[in-house]
Amino acid sequence: MGHTLLDKVWDAHTVRELPNGQTQLFIGLHLVHEVTSPQAFQMLAERGLSVRYPALTFATVDHIIPTDGSTRPYVDGMAEQMFVAIEQNIERTGIPFFDRSTGRQGIVHVIGPELGLTQPGMTIACGDSHTSTHGAFGAIAFGIGTSQVRDVLATQTISVAKPKCRRISVNGKLADGVFAKDVILAIIGRLGVQGGVGYAYEYAGDVFDAMSMDERMTVCNMSIEGGARVGYVNPDETAYAYLQDREYAPKGDDFDSARQWWSDVASDADAAFDDQVDIEGESIAPMVTWGVNPGQVLGVDELIPSPNDVEGLERRSIEDALDHMKLAPGAPIAGTPIDVAFVGSCTNSRISDLREAARVAEGGRVPAHVKALVVPGSQQVKTEAEAEGLDDVFRAAGFEWRDAGCSMCLAMNPDKLVNDQVCASSSNRNFKGRQGSPLGRTLLMSPAMVAAAAVAGEVTDVRALAAG
Amino acid sequence: MSDDGRITHVAGTGVPVRGNDIDTDRIIPARYLREITFETLGPHAFEDERRQLNGKHPFDDPRFTGAGVLVVNRNFGSGSSREHAPQALMRRGIKAIVGESFAEIFFGNCTTIGIPCLTLPATQIESLQSLIEEAPETSLAIDVGSGAITAGQATYQAELPASVREAFVSGEWDALSSLLESGDAISAVHDRLPYISGWPAR
Repeated sequence: MGHTLLDKVWDAHTVRELPNGQTQLFIGLHLVHEVTSPQAFQMLAERGLSVRYPALTFATVDHIIPTDGSTRPYVDGMAEQMFVAIEQNIERTGIPFFDRSTGRQGIVHVIGPELGLTQPGMTIACGDSHTSTHGAFGAIAFGIGTSQVRDVLATQTISVAKPKCRRISVNGKLADGVFAKDVILAIIGRLGVQGGVGYAYEYAGDVFDAMSMDERMTVCNMSIEGGARVGYVNPDETAYAYLQDREYAPKGDDFDSARQWWSDVASDADAAFDDQVDIEGESIAPMVTWGVNPGQVLGVDELIPSPNDVEGLERRSIEDALDHMKLAPGAPIAGTPIDVAFVGSCTNSRISDLREAARVAEGGRVPAHVKALVVPGSQQVKTEAEAEGLDDVFRAAGFEWRDAGCSMCLAMNPDKLVNDQVCASSSNRNFKGRQGSPLGRTLLMSPAMVAAAAVAGEVTDVRALAAG
Repeated sequence: MSDDGRITHVAGTGVPVRGNDIDTDRIIPARYLREITFETLGPHAFEDERRQLNGKHPFDDPRFTGAGVLVVNRNFGSGSSREHAPQALMRRGIKAIVGESFAEIFFGNCTTIGIPCLTLPATQIESLQSLIEEAPETSLAIDVGSGAITAGQATYQAELPASVREAFVSGEWDALSSLLESGDAISAVHDRLPYISGWPAR
């Protein structure tokens, strides 16, 4: 019986089995941002410990950074304090730091791959649940808490239980207007927001084989929204081509040598999985969330569910969600008016996301009452988009064109919903209050669907625009 | 907790917070993460929900003041990896959480800071929540080693994964000391990984 990529990467990085039965797992790449790291550096200092391998940790600023051109010192004193903290910690420890002056700043899960830091067969950790993104390359990538950030800084290892492995096969083809975001939302809708607890998800089949790296990152990114801390795609030619000539990727003979190691790490054809799920690519429509978690999702051509369809606490969940969203059971989700449109986040802020959104936005005009913003995932994405003229397309259509950061995905910077605004968002979480207003309402969808909603002023089936 | 870090028993009154899929954004809104310490988080636990419920949230209900055991439903702590969520609950006085199930990163974060999260079937969670609502003064006693929970006359048999139970009972729930013991073995893995130590010549 063969082994999965999870098995192989796990074995290669196991330091030892701990007395508690968990694995002490070596972390090959550690990524750090300004929000979940200051307490970790503080705890390290309190115990008199130093950073064991400073060259294996890379830092950037993304969560709090303003995207409107503001400069230091930031008006928000608390934000300024956090920037000072990460700069001091970097200064003290010698960890490489991609701040704005480097031209390589951006959302941690955008710049890791973009710089070639993220590679197949690695273990990767970051104090951020969307670290699963890096699984797109065939890495085993975890979100960790701040105490574990401390553990990685001090020892380059964490204590963690090996997950079970579920293969999710999506075969066939996606319809025009259906994107990676729709695939992962459909998976979460089917398996639930808790379905992946205790599992790593291996995404396999025609649909993932055909995806670009950007698209695979979108899928792996939202594994955690389905409860799975880890999600990955086996590395292949698409991954190797992406890595070629990236700043931190191996070069020349090393690249050839690495490529062999990378392909060996992929799951064997006869690998055994703890569970298997099959989905037809053709069955997936453009998806939109109607509730307050990413599993409360439906096709754009479907009707909002009714609490009467189910019983018990589940009924209460639907009632509670509809109450917050101010949506009527049985009504179509298409046509729901929006106030804000947000293209961005570690899920969907890469160049291909911006191209798809621009294609839909081009020639349209965002109504005056809708605020629409495009926030590139990194400085490099921004530069690339501007070279292609995407910024002009967005501006001409009435979108704001911003600097790189997490922005309105979690509203830790000044980009926030106000009161009970409805936001068509390419981000990953529609939790109550997530976008900065406790009463705010988030509808998750693909970047193309966000652009369609922005110009129409309401939730719109992007397939109809494509046909028209 | 004893001086040597062993967490074998947790006792206190309870506070039920009902609902499935209560995410960490709800437990601690992101704006409170703009902070370089965890010390100040306690008063902000569930802040937005408490404001909206205008004093009717269980955390504002005087009957549950001083509660040490939080009783929740399915998939509690989903979403963000922010350790700020269990840190806020801990600083609010929560010493253990009993629920139908927990999100994985949240569960791990709780373990690392010394909060046992035990699970019970949905119907028993419902019964425990109702019991606490009807008699908030009831003292709950959790035997972390066996998973036995007594609440007045009622008893429940809760579950905790063996490795986590062992971590609490032995006092090694904060893994750092164990991790630090393997210095040489860590170097060995570091040195054998080609993407760190160099790709073999072809």
